[in-house]
Amino acid sequence: MTGADLFTVLVAIVAGAIRVSTPFLFVSLGECLTEKSGRVNLGLEGTLVLGAMVAFAGSYHSGNPWLGVAAAAAAGFVLGALHGAICRLPRVNDVAIGIAMMSFGTGLAVFLGKPYIQPTAPRLPSLPIGDWLGMPSLALALDLSPLFLVGVALAFLLDWAFRNTRAGLVVRVTGDDAAAARALGIAVDRVRLVATALGGASAGVGGAFLSLFYPGSWNEGLSSGQGLMAVALVIFARWQPRRCLVASLLFGAAGALGPALQSIGVTTGYYFFNAAPYVLTLLVMAGTGSARRAARHAPGELSITR
Amino acid sequence: MREAFTTSAAKGAALEAIGLSKRFGAFQALDRVSLKVPAGEFHALLGENGAGKSTLVKCLMGFHRADEGEVLLDGREARIRNPREAQALGLGMVYQHFTLVPSLTGAENLVIARRDAPAVIDWTAERRRLGAFLERMPFRVPLDREVGALSAGERQKLEILKLLYLDQRFMILDEPTSVLTPAEADEMLGHLKAMAERGEITVLMITHKFREVMAFADAVTILRHGRVVGAGRGLTTREMAMMMVGESPGTDRGKAAQPPRREKPRSHEPSLELAGLFAEDEDGRPALRGVSLKVGAGEIVGLAGISGNGQNALVEACCGQRPLLAGQIFVNGHDFMPTRRSFDEAGMFVVPEEPLRNAAVSGMSVADNIAFRRFDKPPLSWRGWWLDLRAIGATGRELMARFRVAGPSPDAPIGTLSGGNVQRAVLARELSSERISVLIVANPCFGLDFASAAEIRARIVAARNDGAAVLLISEDLDEVLELADTVAVIARGRITYKAPIAEVDRGTVGIRLADGAEE
Repeated sequence: MTGADLFTVLVAIVAGAIRVSTPFLFVSLGECLTEKSGRVNLGLEGTLVLGAMVAFAGSYHSGNPWLGVAAAAAAGFVLGALHGAICRLPRVNDVAIGIAMMSFGTGLAVFLGKPYIQPTAPRLPSLPIGDWLGMPSLALALDLSPLFLVGVALAFLLDWAFRNTRAGLVVRVTGDDAAAARALGIAVDRVRLVATALGGASAGVGGAFLSLFYPGSWNEGLSSGQGLMAVALVIFARWQPRRCLVASLLFGAAGALGPALQSIGVTTGYYFFNAAPYVLTLLVMAGTGSARRAARHAPGELSITR
Repeated sequence: MREAFTTSAAKGAALEAIGLSKRFGAFQALDRVSLKVPAGEFHALLGENGAGKSTLVKCLMGFHRADEGEVLLDGREARIRNPREAQALGLGMVYQHFTLVPSLTGAENLVIARRDAPAVIDWTAERRRLGAFLERMPFRVPLDREVGALSAGERQKLEILKLLYLDQRFMILDEPTSVLTPAEADEMLGHLKAMAERGEITVLMITHKFREVMAFADAVTILRHGRVVGAGRGLTTREMAMMMVGESPGTDRGKAAQPPRREKPRSHEPSLELAGLFAEDEDGRPALRGVSLKVGAGEIVGLAGISGNGQNALVEACCGQRPLLAGQIFVNGHDFMPTRRSFDEAGMFVVPEEPLRNAAVSGMSVADNIAFRRFDKPPLSWRGWWLDLRAIGATGRELMARFRVAGPSPDAPIGTLSGGNVQRAVLARELSSERISVLIVANPCFGLDFASAAEIRARIVAARNDGAAVLLISEDLDEVLELADTVAVIARGRITYKAPIAEVDRGTVGIRLADGAEE
C-alpha cells in the first residue's frame, strides 16, 4: 500500500464516516430523547425504513426533496406517537411493542414502496467541501449533506435543552423517577408520548438521508440494521447527545472501512470489513454491558435497566 | 410569587379536618376523622401501620378524595382535588421515600419543582436567587451536586428546603427521620420546631418514634383502625403507646412479648467469623475495607451504622450476592463459601433488608417463597426432585399462621403482601428451622409498626437464647442498644468500635456513628 493509497483510504473513511454516520446520528438522537423520558423504542429500525420510503415518495411526487424530508419526519412522528400511545395502556411492555413496531414499519414501507423501487427522485443537494483538493474522486467523496450539519446542530441543541430548559428538565425527571414526576404534577405518559413521537420524527429524518442522499434510492434492503445499532449506540453514549455524535461517527467510520479498502483495490476480506459495525456493536455491548458503570448513567425508569 | 420567601410576612397556615371518611372497597380506611392543627403548631400523628395515617394525609394533599367531611384552611373551606391544588394553597409534603430526582442537581430539582419554572432557564440568575434564599435558611445543602450523590440527611434537608422554596408553609412530614442519624434528626426537627415557634410554618408529622414526639411535638393525634383514639397535649409515652395498640393503660404488652434473656456459656470458638473482608460497590469504589468481626454462639452482635457505610455490601457478601476481593468467612470454624448447600449444612440463615427485592421472588406464591430453603428435602419433596406441592402448601399455611403473616392465601404472589407481611414471611422461612447456628439480620423492623417490631425482635432474641450466633445490622440505634450483647459500629467500610453492652453508652456510640458520616 503506497502513501497515496493510505491517504485515499483515510479520506474515504472520514468521508464515509460522515456519510454513514448521519442515519446513526438521527436515530440515536431520537432514541436518546425517548430513553431520557424513560421508555425504550426498539421500533426505530422500522421508522428508519418507513422514513426512507416516505421521503423518496414525497420527493418523487412533489419534486422537492425537502418536502420528502418533512414527510419522513411526519411519518416517524406518527409511528412514534403510535408506540407511545400503545405503551400508555396498562400492562404493556415497551420493548415488545418496539419489536412489533419495527416489523410494522418495515412491512408498511415494503408494502407501500413497491412502485418506487425503479424511478429516480430529486435528491438532496450536497455541499462540496472537497473541491479545493483538485482531485475529482476525492471531491466526490467529500460531498457533505446539509442533513449531517442539521444532525450535529440537533445533538448540541438537545444537550443544551436537557440542561437549560424546562422541557428538558421535565423529560429528565420523567425518565429518572416517574413517582417524583407525578408529585410535581407532570403528566408522565404525555411526556413520554411526546418524547417518543419526536424521537420517531428524528429517526424518520435519518431514513430520508438514506433514500435521498446516500445511497440515494429506495429499495427494500436499504437499512441494514442501522436503526437497531443506533439503540446500542445510545447505551454506548451513556444517554448524552454529544456522545451520540461521537459514537455515530465512530460507527460510521467502521461502516466505511470495507468500501474504502475496496476503492484502492483491497478486496480480500471485503465482507469481513463490511461486518465491522456489527462487530463493533457486539464489542460495545460486551464492554459496557458487563460493567455496572454504564447502568449508573441510565435513566432510572428504563425497563432495560430496572 | 418567587420572591415571596424573602418577605418575613410568610406565615404557617392553620388546618382543620372535620369528619373525614374514606372507604376503599369494603375497607373503611378513615372513619369520621377530625383533626385540628392551629397555625404555628408542631403536631404529631401517631398510629400503627394501617391505622390510616397515610390515607389521612393523602386526603389532605388531594391524592385521595374523602368520601365525606371537609377541610378548613385558615378557617375557610378548601376543596383540594389534586396535589397541585394543595401546593397552590401552601400545603406541602415530605414523603417517606424521596421525591427528589437523583440524576438532577439540587438546583435543578428546586427550579423544576416551581410552578412558574421558566421555559429557558437562566442559570446565572437562578443561582444568585437560590444563594439568597439559602442565606435565610437555618441549614445548607450543596445545590450543584447531583442529588444521588448527597447523603440521606442532606437529601432530607433538601426536601424540606424545597417546601420552603415553594412557599409551602403547612408541612406534612411522613416519618421524616427514618433515614437520619439521631443527631441529624434532632438538628433538623429542632430547626423546624424553632420555625414553627416563630409562626413561620405549621408542621404535621407522622412518626413512630416517641422520643421525637416527646421532644418536639406540641400536640398529638393518635389513629387506630381509621378512627381517632386519642388527641391532646402532654400525653406520656406509655399512654400514647397504649392508645396506638388499643389497650387500656396497665398491661405492658411491649415488654411482655420479649422473652427473658438467658445467659449462655459462650463457646471459645466463634460461630461466625468475618476475617478481613474487602469488597467494592457498584461503581468500583471500596465498600468494605477490612471488616473483621466475631460472633459467638448465643450472642447478638449489634452492628450500628449510618446507611451507606458498607452494611449492604457486608450482607450481600455474606449471602454470596457480592464477590469478595479479599478476606474469608468462617462458620463454625470452617471456611464458608456462600452456596445454597453450605448455608444448609452450616445452619446459616439471612434476613436481608428489603426482603421483597433481596430474599423473595415477588411473582411466586407465599408458600413457594417460604419453601425456598427446604423444597428439595423431605417432607416437601420425594428424593429431592419430585416436589410435593400439597406439603409445600400445607407447610406454608402453617408457618403463615405461626408467624402471623396476613395475606389472602398461601397461593397468592408474595409481591401482593404488605411490606411487614413480606418481612414476616421471610422470617418464617429463615427462623423456622430447628437448628439455627448463625443468623444475619439487616434492619428487620424498618418501617414496621410498634407491635410487629416488638414481635420480630422477640423472635431474634429467642433464636439467640437457643444458641444461635446473631449478627444484627441496623440503622436504628435504639434497636441495637435494646437487643445486642455486643455493640459494634461500622463506618466507611470498617469496624470502628466494639464493646460489650454493659460498657456502652449512647453518647459514645452516637459520636462514632457521626464520625462515619463526616467524610
